Amino acid sequence: MTAPRLRLAHVTKRFGAVVANDDVALTVQPGEIHAVLGENGAGKSTLVKIVYGALRPDEGEIEWDGRPVVVRNPHEARALGIAMVFQHFSLFDSLSVAENVWLGMDGRVSLDEVTRGIQAKAAEYGLDLDPSKPVHVLSVGERQRVEIVRALLANPRLLILDEPTSVLTPQAVEKLFVTLRKLAATGCSILYISHKLDEIRALCTACTVLRGGRVVGTCDPTRETTGSLSRMMIGAEPPVLVHRPPRPGRVALTVNELTLARWDRYSVPIDRLSLEVREGEIVGIAGISGNGQQELLATLSGEDPRAQAGMVRLFGTPIGRKGPAARRKLGLHFVPEERLGRGAVPAFSLANNMLLTRREAIRTAGWIDRRFLGEQTRGIIGRFSVKASGPGAVAKSLSGGNLQKYIVGREIDAVPKVLVVAQPTWGVDVGASAQIRAELIALRDAGCAVLVVSEELEELFEISDRLHVIARGRLSPSIDTPKATVELIGEWMSGLWPGNEGVAEGAA
Amino acid sequence: MIRLEARPAPSRLWGVLSPVVAIALTVVVAAALFALLGKDPVRGLEIFLVKPWSGARALTELGLKATPLILCAVGLGLAFRANVWNIGAEGQFLLGGILGGGLALVVTANQIPMSRWAFFPMLVLAGAVGGMIWAGIAAFLRDRFNANEILVSLMLVYVADLFLSWLVFGPWKDPKGFNFPQTMNFADGTGVPRLVAGMRLHWGFVLALLAAVGMWIFVYRTYRGMQLLVGGPAPAAARYAGFSSRQALWSTFLVSGGLAGVAGALEVAGPMGQLTPHVSQGYGFAAIIVAFVGRLDPLGAVLAALVLATFSIGGELAQSRLGLPSAITGVFQGVLLLSLLGCDTLIQYRPRWGRR
Repeated sequence: MTAPRLRLAHVTKRFGAVVANDDVALTVQPGEIHAVLGENGAGKSTLVKIVYGALRPDEGEIEWDGRPVVVRNPHEARALGIAMVFQHFSLFDSLSVAENVWLGMDGRVSLDEVTRGIQAKAAEYGLDLDPSKPVHVLSVGERQRVEIVRALLANPRLLILDEPTSVLTPQAVEKLFVTLRKLAATGCSILYISHKLDEIRALCTACTVLRGGRVVGTCDPTRETTGSLSRMMIGAEPPVLVHRPPRPGRVALTVNELTLARWDRYSVPIDRLSLEVREGEIVGIAGISGNGQQELLATLSGEDPRAQAGMVRLFGTPIGRKGPAARRKLGLHFVPEERLGRGAVPAFSLANNMLLTRREAIRTAGWIDRRFLGEQTRGIIGRFSVKASGPGAVAKSLSGGNLQKYIVGREIDAVPKVLVVAQPTWGVDVGASAQIRAELIALRDAGCAVLVVSEELEELFEISDRLHVIARGRLSPSIDTPKATVELIGEWMSGLWPGNEGVAEGAA
Repeated sequence: MIRLEARPAPSRLWGVLSPVVAIALTVVVAAALFALLGKDPVRGLEIFLVKPWSGARALTELGLKATPLILCAVGLGLAFRANVWNIGAEGQFLLGGILGGGLALVVTANQIPMSRWAFFPMLVLAGAVGGMIWAGIAAFLRDRFNANEILVSLMLVYVADLFLSWLVFGPWKDPKGFNFPQTMNFADGTGVPRLVAGMRLHWGFVLALLAAVGMWIFVYRTYRGMQLLVGGPAPAAARYAGFSSRQALWSTFLVSGGLAGVAGALEVAGPMGQLTPHVSQGYGFAAIIVAFVGRLDPLGAVLAALVLATFSIGGELAQSRLGLPSAITGVFQGVLLLSLLGCDTLIQYRPRWGRR
């Protein structure tokens, strides 16, 4: 039997008092597609950073092909044959694909050679990529292909992918899997970091599950069910969501032919976008990030008041030119995607962060009623089971999931008539996600109109009554969630919905 | 080897300790500098740090020196926290001095009967208006044309300086002043009421302390003040909340400019008693250091102003008693700011000794 490609034993990494990796063992065989599964904060990123040399472990050994090694930095990792595709790409928009790849090389190769190399690798793995195209015209999926080809050009013997599918349509995910299987067949090992159970079951042949920095199990994911993987990952039964049929009421939020020019080179123009949300229903908007979600959300919240007044209406009242505070007074609340820095001021206490969107504690002449504010904050901490030391805890001391519960709680507690939520459970652990989703459904049942914009299809299928898809600044028609399928929504994510095919060309 | 390791959360202890250590480091550098210049370091430090605090006269002089620093730094701290970079408090100080001095000149030249207490509110108002006009120019250019307020407010300092020179070399020059570039001496009724009989310390010091307390209440206890604090650390959160950045720009520029202007008017009508080309001794710039040493906190500004005032008076004493060059005050101010910035690293990072 040959030695494993990579073997970690007793790897421990501490950050101050926090133990990010605790006595972690991991063995990856040659040609194996090995999943590292865990919730956000389980220590996946720390572990792969250690493998890639970006972090040094406090304790533990690393063996490469049976020989003990010390990986001091990413440069040494690459010399061993380890390549990594990060979740966030590092590409220069104004340069071509070939130039970007060439820049990352050690020199001594001409641009022509690099171009030929890219073409050869792309052909070998069935990746559709034009080396002469400038990066800024590429879709997110194409940009990821650039990163993968860049990694492949080094002829790696271990390829690490960190949450690679979060930016892809279901169809593009399939294509990626085909490429990865081909690569594994040549003997290259793949370390696949994800929290998506279906993907791991479809792609991987081995799996190491992390929880709270510790390995809680290894398994062959093809022999597991989604439920059994989920139990290993969160250590409990996956929560079940109760969903009653919707009882839609009056039209609450109307967007009518919203058209906006891009406001810088990298933003997306919005093209005649119309939608309607009624009281008592949850409408979901799916789509790959960077297809106009940010622009639409800023227009709905009032942070971008460039729309014509009548393009956005709240119960018939034109609000397109009103600011966020005025819209909030009319009953429209918004939960933004970025929690720290937008939804909350990092250095402010939770009590002070209430004042961003809530005015109940403000008395005559703008005096802040501290006692009332503290009680109000304590109420939200209790009602939404936010883990925090109290109203005085600063926002950045909370974990992502707890801060999200606080922010969603702050807006729900305001009893909004319309709630617009971006990425309600992005980076939030399974327990908190379930709680937030249940709260949104309870809000809907109480008669609020809810609009959810998310990149997680699973989540949208779980909570939405109707679905739209946004692609390149245009919005698909709505479809009742029970009638929608992942395949159909996936096609629509490429802009291929009835009546839009002509303009969708080139979208990935 | 020392390594820096990111802390999981910023250290509260070091937030408070950092200015203290910075001051201590400055004292150490000062002692070394005295020794290198061939002076006795102990005697040097005594003159530099202890003498400014010894005796009633010294203490009142210290308060006098701290007054303009407090007034300017309280306003600047607010502006900096709101992410508005008013670097031109010096110019706003001068305009306040010009308007306050002009008012005193009108009273003096027309021999209008005036008591100090009746003139005090008028003087403060004139100073505030002068500072606000000058700050308003920078705010307007930022608001209307998106002109960089750092550059504009800084450049306006030199405009104010030349405007003052033109006045005292030209139209406002004392006809009986032997052609010196200065106005006539202001009438006694236009002086600032004294706080202690026989000392130069005036009620402006009390006004400065009230401004600091008032600012503290405004910032930490009112909705308006809280809104201004969001714009600096989290501009996206301010947009999300719907707090107007224009309002923050204008209000902080006008408040900080107005306070600097009041400081200028008090300085001109108080210890100076006339206008000369050299109204300010760099108070507006020193106040930037004061604001940061005071952690941009209004009450912190009071303490920091006392420290800087000590350096300033200590520097003057070191000149006269030890024959040290006048640049010594500036050197110590610079060392203090540099040490502070260095010590601030420890709020976010923890030093580790030895190899990894």
